[in-house]
Amino acid sequence: MEAVRFDNVIFSYREDGKEPAVNGVSLSIEEGEFVAVLGRNGSGKSTLAKLINALLLPSSGKVTVFGMDTANEKQTFEIRKSAGMVFQNPDNQTVASIVEDDVAFGPENIGVPREEIGKRIDFALDAVGMREYRTATPSRLSGGQKQRIAIAGVLAILPKIMILDESTAMLDPKGRREVMDVVRKLNRERGMTVILITHFVDEALQADRAIVMHRGEVVMDGQPEEIFSRSEELETYNLTLPRAAYVCKKLQEAGMPVKNAFTAEELAEAICELLQKV
Amino acid sequence: MRIVAKGLTYTYNPKSPFASQALKGVDLTIEEGEFFGIIGHTGSGKSTFVQHLNALIRLTGGALSVGEYDLSDKKCNFIELRSKVGMVFQYPEYQLFAETVEKDVEFGLKNFRKDMTETERADAVREALETVGLDYQRVRNKSPFELSGGQKRRVAIAGVIVTKPEILILDEPAAGLDPLGKKELMELLHTIHGGWCKTVVIVSHDMDEIAENCTNAAVFSEGKVVLKGKPSEIFSQSQKLFSLGLDVPVTARCALLLKERGISVSTDFTCDDFADKVLALWKAAKEGGHAE
Repeated sequence: MEAVRFDNVIFSYREDGKEPAVNGVSLSIEEGEFVAVLGRNGSGKSTLAKLINALLLPSSGKVTVFGMDTANEKQTFEIRKSAGMVFQNPDNQTVASIVEDDVAFGPENIGVPREEIGKRIDFALDAVGMREYRTATPSRLSGGQKQRIAIAGVLAILPKIMILDESTAMLDPKGRREVMDVVRKLNRERGMTVILITHFVDEALQADRAIVMHRGEVVMDGQPEEIFSRSEELETYNLTLPRAAYVCKKLQEAGMPVKNAFTAEELAEAICELLQKV
Repeated sequence: MRIVAKGLTYTYNPKSPFASQALKGVDLTIEEGEFFGIIGHTGSGKSTFVQHLNALIRLTGGALSVGEYDLSDKKCNFIELRSKVGMVFQYPEYQLFAETVEKDVEFGLKNFRKDMTETERADAVREALETVGLDYQRVRNKSPFELSGGQKRRVAIAGVIVTKPEILILDEPAAGLDPLGKKELMELLHTIHGGWCKTVVIVSHDMDEIAENCTNAAVFSEGKVVLKGKPSEIFSQSQKLFSLGLDVPVTARCALLLKERGISVSTDFTCDDFADKVLALWKAAKEGGHAE
């Protein structure tokens, strides 16, 4: 089933409609897909994300979420229940002083009965591996833990789509790993549709599909490996290669016939193959 | 100015149920002229340490001197020290506050250099904004909040370097920027480092950034310095870093995997050097192969 669809969407933050942040995007995301969105700061990634759950409405064109038009106000509520969003700064997303109250905030707002809320808190905290922190204070948790609570808060609404807008940018490597593990698990085990906006190429490599945005337009769309092998094209959009791919390209340019590699593991494999052969 | 810390200790909320010891005896010397990297996971004490360097946190245990300033001395001129040791916090753009870019950048000067005339101040603000790559005439009267994220960060950095600190400390300066933005920011820091700013200290989670930019680095864990040296020395101890919950540069991870298979690459862990060393190995192996 089609989870998200953009039909020639244009959006401008300005009243006169000039300098559109999203400029003529058409795109379709299937339920269960794990899509990474790449692009420089200001390329329109976050605007794209906010158009999905009706935080922004298109200036022209149409966005639908499971067939529901985001411009139809009567469906706004349903759409936000289907598409949950996790933002960058963990400290800006905490509303309560106890973890379980924080997670309950979403379901309370959509009118979930009390007994059901308790179950949803259990489910959401289990899914992110934070059950033992149920009565903890969010401000005393680490960044990675806080982001996992933010994800749990979204999960408690039982959305079908999870949008993460640079949600690991403020975390240390361990926190980033924790969050990415949870996201991958939700996608693989629960078939959750994931839209991940990120600057970290290693995160993009974990997705099934990557979209590159440049000046409000979708300029590349394909498997992450395929996208990262088009290095000249990436350069024109001011994006850099993953470091392993950069090393790989340097070796190839110097005449060493290594296979394409995008991660440290693949690069080691490719180098090993050649060095042990000769 | 040389930074020397000996047996530095610090406890948050002392004598309370929330007491937690953030620094447990830090010994660290940072020489003048270094581009120094500080690594460590969240809660390792690195931020507590750097906040000691310009006395944002007052010394409570151990010894610390920055150049001729002895921070254990109650009569130490802290205001002068702070004008010489600039501190750029994480996400500094959140600290912009003034109506215009010019007023924001000027704020530090007004506090530190009360003897300056208005013209001198304007010149200093212009110089600072130009150093960070912004067009003074175009941005001076804009609200800092109209600018893009990358530009805001530059304004915030201008507000710190406007006093021309000899030591510049930056907590995660490139966090949240896209890869090219990160590269541009590091280039900016290297430009600043050449002139009146003698020493740059960066706190970073990005190990590749440390390998590519720093002359020396220290690894913090549980309130202590557990490793220090050149990045090439630190990252050759990948296993130890993993055990501390830290990452290593991509090249170090790759070198470790190759080592497990009997191929040893001695590199400084920058991508270019790593590629060169692998090429050299390959060429040597090829020639050796032909000789047989």
